[in-house]
Amino acid sequence: MEFNSFAEFIAMGKHGLYIWLSYGITAVIIAVNVVQPILRRRRLMKEQAQRLRREKHNAPSA
Amino acid sequence: MWQWLTQLYHRMGSPKWFYELTTPWIPWLAAISIIGTVVGLVLGLAYAPADYLQGNSFRIIYIHVPAAILAQSAFMMMAVAGAVYLIWRMKMAAWVAKVIAPIGASFCLIALLTGAIWGKPTWGTWWVWDARLTSMLMLLFLYFGVIALQRAMESEDASYKAGAILSLVGLVNIPIIKYSVEWWNTLHQPATLKLTEKPSMDPDMLVPLLIMIVTSYVFFALLVILNTRNEILLHERKRSWVKQLLSGQE
Repeated sequence: MEFNSFAEFIAMGKHGLYIWLSYGITAVIIAVNVVQPILRRRRLMKEQAQRLRREKHNAPSA
Repeated sequence: MWQWLTQLYHRMGSPKWFYELTTPWIPWLAAISIIGTVVGLVLGLAYAPADYLQGNSFRIIYIHVPAAILAQSAFMMMAVAGAVYLIWRMKMAAWVAKVIAPIGASFCLIALLTGAIWGKPTWGTWWVWDARLTSMLMLLFLYFGVIALQRAMESEDASYKAGAILSLVGLVNIPIIKYSVEWWNTLHQPATLKLTEKPSMDPDMLVPLLIMIVTSYVFFALLVILNTRNEILLHERKRSWVKQLLSGQE
């Protein structure tokens, strides 16, 4: 371990701000990339389910 | 061998085959991404020794270098997928190219932003117009151009083709990025890792970097697969296998 305490780890010498800012921005961009396809899949599934239900509903009367 | 390759190629072109093949991969790719990131970052942030010149700021390398490498690899993969679409009109290839573009742009943005933040304590400035930084910014703009073209026209086919052509033209930028630190006098340091040479880095610093690079490729594969599966669901929604798949899940 390079650091003696958690406070020292956060401080990173005098570079804490730069390091945690870099990692923070990266975490946000990565999170958007992970969440986006999951939400899109959910939306696609829902739309498709609605379409299928509508088709089933309309079939006998048509 | 050749027969096996052509067979593989024809299967790859089948959305159904791709979708079914990748279903069991997702949890594994996700697990490797998470474990690799945790291990790599714990080793890199807490156990690697501080750099004797730069101090702790060098720890930004563990996201900066993997992101920069991936941004360039992703561009090349996007161009290859685009070429496959142009030559053999394979729909799957067009979807993969379309899916890669925003992911590659994200990694390129990460490389540029973390590089700027790293530059401040190291060079005393966020940005200089040196060859490496400028060619990397060009890569980001090329990604934006490809993303725009892929969505530019009424016809999906024409949009995909335009995007593929720009990504093929944009390939000339890749060797410029790679050799920029050798051809020009740059503020950017020369490559930390070279395939042909023994690394000059301390193993305690190097191992976490290699873990992060490998992990970033696995994570990229995961993102490409997730997004390609969505494109398949969207484009093939009228096919019976997709209908069956979705009604089974209701």
